[in-house]
Formats: sequence, structure tokens, C-alpha cells
Amino acid sequence: MLSYVLRRFFYMIIVLLVVSITAFVIIQLPPGDFLTSYIMKLKASGQIVDEAEIAALRKQYDLDLPIHLQYCQWMWKMLHGNFGKSFEWNRPVKDLILERLPLTVTVSLFTLIFTYLLAIPIGIYSATHQYSVGDYAFTVIGFIGLATPRFLLALILMFVSYRYFGLSIGGLFSPQYQLAPWSGAKFIDLLKHLPIPVVVIGMAGTAGLIRVMRGCLLDELQKQYVITARAKGVSERRLLFKYPVRVAINPIISTIGWTLPRIISGQTIVAIVLGLPTIGPLLFRALVNQDMYLAGSSIMILTFLTVIGTFISDILLVWLDPRIRYEKQAR
Amino acid sequence: MKNRQDKITAEEKFYIATQWQLMWRKFKKHKLAIFGAIVLFIFYFVAIFCGFFSTQDIYKRHTKYIHAPPQRIHFFDEEGFHLRPFVYGLKRKINPVTLRRTYSEDRTKKYPIYFFIRGDKYKLWNLFPTDLHLLGVKEPGTIFLFGTDKLGRDLFSRNLHAARISLSIGLVGVALSFILGCALGGISGYFGGTADMVIQRVIEFLMSIPTIPLWMALSAALPPHWPPIKVYFGITIILSIVGWCGLARVVRGKLLELRQEDFVMAAKIIGATDGRIITRHLLPSFLSYLIVNITLAIPGMILGETSLSFLGLGLQPPVVSWGVLLRDAQNVRTVVLHPWLLIPGLFVIVTVLAFNFLGDGLRDAADPYK
Repeated sequence: MLSYVLRRFFYMIIVLLVVSITAFVIIQLPPGDFLTSYIMKLKASGQIVDEAEIAALRKQYDLDLPIHLQYCQWMWKMLHGNFGKSFEWNRPVKDLILERLPLTVTVSLFTLIFTYLLAIPIGIYSATHQYSVGDYAFTVIGFIGLATPRFLLALILMFVSYRYFGLSIGGLFSPQYQLAPWSGAKFIDLLKHLPIPVVVIGMAGTAGLIRVMRGCLLDELQKQYVITARAKGVSERRLLFKYPVRVAINPIISTIGWTLPRIISGQTIVAIVLGLPTIGPLLFRALVNQDMYLAGSSIMILTFLTVIGTFISDILLVWLDPRIRYEKQAR
Repeated sequence: MKNRQDKITAEEKFYIATQWQLMWRKFKKHKLAIFGAIVLFIFYFVAIFCGFFSTQDIYKRHTKYIHAPPQRIHFFDEEGFHLRPFVYGLKRKINPVTLRRTYSEDRTKKYPIYFFIRGDKYKLWNLFPTDLHLLGVKEPGTIFLFGTDKLGRDLFSRNLHAARISLSIGLVGVALSFILGCALGGISGYFGGTADMVIQRVIEFLMSIPTIPLWMALSAALPPHWPPIKVYFGITIILSIVGWCGLARVVRGKLLELRQEDFVMAAKIIGATDGRIITRHLLPSFLSYLIVNITLAIPGMILGETSLSFLGLGLQPPVVSWGVLLRDAQNVRTVVLHPWLLIPGLFVIVTVLAFNFLGDGLRDAADPYK
């Protein structure tokens, strides 16, 4: 078990390194370097930029170094908590991201819980009541959920609530709590605003997981041990939950590594439409304005979240499923 | 000879049917899949001849009709039924305080709809100049079946032209993913060892990155001065960077599984060459799985393009795709006043649903154990 965790941890570090290289490449991708666009911006606003200042800035951002050294410098600074500066906001990137990180994690976690809490029972119901009205209804809803782009779902919900209830949804807080310090009332306000983003982000993932759960359980229910147990007179309820459900849940738990990227990915676009104060809109604005330090760091943080989440889920899976545990030990 | 063939019973036909015939038989039973296939056929057909099916030029501005609602096609007026359908004219009223335009049907003006009418000039497939349209009305009448946008351009025609881009981007993207997936998955499954290890790690890595942030970053990096056609291919390449992973996994898994099958061993013992084994025995047995996977990968590409263009990071106007059209619907207040701006979203949903149904049907048909 320990050796598996260590190996998995080591693997995660490698992935994180590759992610950081990817983020660095993304920072470098736009033509010219980010300083050029910064200087252009200053010039456009009528400020005078002298050569000495430019040289000083180049030095400050290590742009005078060869590219691989630039990467090392960037990494080194990041390990010391220096993520660079956002040109657009004129603030350290670290502050901007830290401000939004807790809410990003909250929304993702709630969505993950929502997805599993809904998908597993519905999957079980659909499999045990195959071809019933309920099964068909969930299948149809599921297909539509898979087919609707998340931003469109967000738009439609906003449209419906605005048109028919006169409410403007969006954001995570009511205006009076937006800038208020954390308090019990603010937390309750947050909980009131969470359902819509959570449903919108989780819809597609839930629909997918229902299909998987239903399929796995259907396969499992046809197996001989189920028939044997039924012949011996085990009650249907006990029969269902004692073995087949536990076996069928496994693939679901193990796909957490794919569910999490999907949630983070969906959250990015939904947050832009609904105006949530998470990292997604920050990344979007940074990309549009070529604020590359902020963009690179945002992508890196989002990916780190998924990679670390997957790592934790893998460990949990080993802990939950004795078959994997023993297999790893046997090796 | 003919006599003998007549005597083959249905049961015998089942046993002598080829694999593809058996699949077609199972596929036909899947009603939703047939429905999906028909819908997609119609969509692609209309998209190919979008100039003919649209009622007017997609860049023509009707400055008198900005944000006009969809006009309804009528068969009845106060005199009763008419065989030739018609639309009523639009009466515009501007609220003097809010400056909001409202439109209502002007029952005094009636414009009959003509079929195969000469209208705005366009070039079929950019090659053949013509001005033939399926339907239209004569000047000074207007026909806006899906309403108009903020510049007074006809949204029906724009939606049809957008279909061409949105539907084809899925196909081109999947074609790219298919090449990458087959090549890399094939190497991975056939050679195994280090190559397999490296490719599997790369796939795991790509699958653990949240796609939309990655797509956003890459498409934001496309140079702004690129011509539309280059941007189009840039976007497809970006979409297939992640898209090939799933296909590569299928190819690898199937190759590993099939290599150990008895029929491959038998063919080897008989002395069949590697080329013959691959083309005659391996390929046919997993081609069906590939087709299923491709069908199920297309909607992801379409959704990806729509999302990117919606954010303004994908295709840029004057190119029209469903995502580009949906950009006008970003503001809820605009949507509440002009709900017809959401029509492109409906097309996206129907297309993706149809692809999913079709893929589901194909998967059931391709599975010999069901």
C-alpha cells in the first residue's frame, strides 16, 4: 500500500512538472513577449516609456535569458510563492488566484458530490427497473443533458428565471454580501446561490455516470451468482446491495479521474456565463487581454486541482477496493 | 440456380449473412438510431446546399428590420385557405421613451411565398454562381423565418450557413483524431514495450488536463491576423489534440485483445502474411468499433467549437458557425427581448443528440454478443 502511494505520488510530481512546462509554453505562445504588449499598452495610453525602464523590466522578468533558463527562473520564483504580476490588474497573480481559489474548490466539490449523489441511485433505479417509464424518462433526460452545451444550459436557466420569475440569477453572492467579510449569513447566502451553477456544471457528468452505472449493474445482475442467491431466497434488497451494486460502483469511483477534469473544464465556461467569482473568468479575461502570467498560472492551478484530486481519489480507491489493494501488494 | 436461391429460408439467410449484413439487421431495429441517422442526413444535405436553401444573402443588412421576430408562414387569411403559403408584412413601432423597437404583423400586406425563386446571388460551393433559392418572396416583401439579428441580417440563412461550418468542423476534427489515434494506438498496441509505455503516459496526461481551459489557451494563441480558413484548421487541430486519446485507447485495446485470438493464430499457422492478417482478419474485426467511436467523438468536437466560438476565442466573424451566432445571445436581457437568438443552440442540441443516438445504435449493432 505504502509503496503504491509513493509510486503514485512520484508519478503525480512528474505530471505536475509536465503541466508547468505546458503552462510555460502557453505563456510563450503569443507572438512577441508579454512585455511588448505591455509596452504597447502603455504607449497607447499616452505614457512615455524610456529605454532604461524597458531594460530594467526585461531584467526583472528575466526576458534577457535563454528560454530554458527563463523556465527555470519562473519555476524557482513560483516555488517561492512569486507567480509574477498581472499587467491588467496591476496586482500580483498570487493574490488574484488565492482570492478565487477557495470558491473554485467549493463549487467543484459540491458539483462532484451532487454528481455522485444523483448518478448512483438513479443508475441503480434504471438498471433494476429496466425499460420502465422511469428508466425511459431518465434516459431521455440524460441524453439531453449530454447533448446540451453547458453554457447554453446556463443561458437557458438564466433566461427562464429572468423571464418568468423576474429573478436575475448568476454570481455566488447577493450584492449586499459581495464585499462583506465571511459570516454565517454570507455562508447561507452562498448556499442559496450554489444550486444553479452546481446543476449546470454537473448535468453532463451526471448523465454520463448514470449510463455507466446502469450498464455495469445490468451486466452484473445477469451473472450466475445473482441467480443462485435469488434461488436460495435472499431478499431482493439484500441481494442488490450486498454484491452487484458494490461491484458496479467500482468503475464509477475509478472514473473520478475523468469526472474531475470534466467538472473543472465545465466550471470554467459556466462561471464565465454566470459570472461566478472563480478562476475560470479570470483565465478568460487574461487570455483575451494577453495577460500571460495570469493566464499561465490560472491554467496551472486548474490543472493542479484536477491532478491532485485524481491522486486523492486513486488513493481512496485502493483503500476501498480490496482487489486492487491485494493486486498491488502481490506485485 | 435461380430456383435454388428462391428456396433459401429466412433462417438460412441468417447463417450465410456477412458480418455487415448482420449488423445492418440489428441496426434497423434501433428506432432512435434510424431517426438520428435521418436527422443527420437532412442536416448535412441542407448544409451542403446551404446557399440554395437559405432565403437571402447572409451579410445583407435590412436596416429597417433590426431584431425583427420570426415571421410565421400562413395558409389561412380572412378569405379562407390558400394553397400557396404567404407571410404578412412587418409593422415597426418605436417606443419613444425606451427607443425599443417592437414589430407586429401588418395584415394589410400579404407576400406569397414562391418556390425556386431567383433572389440574391451566391456561389454554390464557391464555384458556380447562381441566384436560385428554394423559397422566397418578391420585393418589397421580406421573409425572416428565424427573425433577424442586431444588424438586421436574416438569421434563417445565417443558421443554415453556420451549419456548414459547425457540422464540418466535427468531421475534419475527427478525421485528424482518427489518423493520430490509429497511428499512435497502433504503435502502442503492436510494438508494446517502451513505445507503449510512453504513449499511454501521454494519453493519461492529456486526459487529466481540463479540456476547456487548455482549448481556450491554445485558441487564444492563434495569431489574430490569420485568414478565416487557417483559423478553421487551427481550431480543428486544437480540438483533435485531446480528441485522439480515446481512439488510440480503443485501437490499442482491440489490437492487444485480438493478437491472442485463435483465428489470428490459425491464420499465422496456415502461413498468411502479416499484411493479410492485418487487412483480412484484424481490421474487419475492429473496424466496427472504430466507426462507433468516431460517431461518438464528433459531438464532442461540435460542442468544443461551439463553446470556443461562443466565448469569442474560436472562429471569428464574418465566419458564421452556431457558436459565433450564439455570441449575440450572451446577454440575458437581450435574450429575454429576442428569444429567437437562441435558435442556433437548438440546432446544436439536436445535432449532438442525433449523433449520440446513431452512435448508440451502431454500438449495439457492432456488438456480436448482444
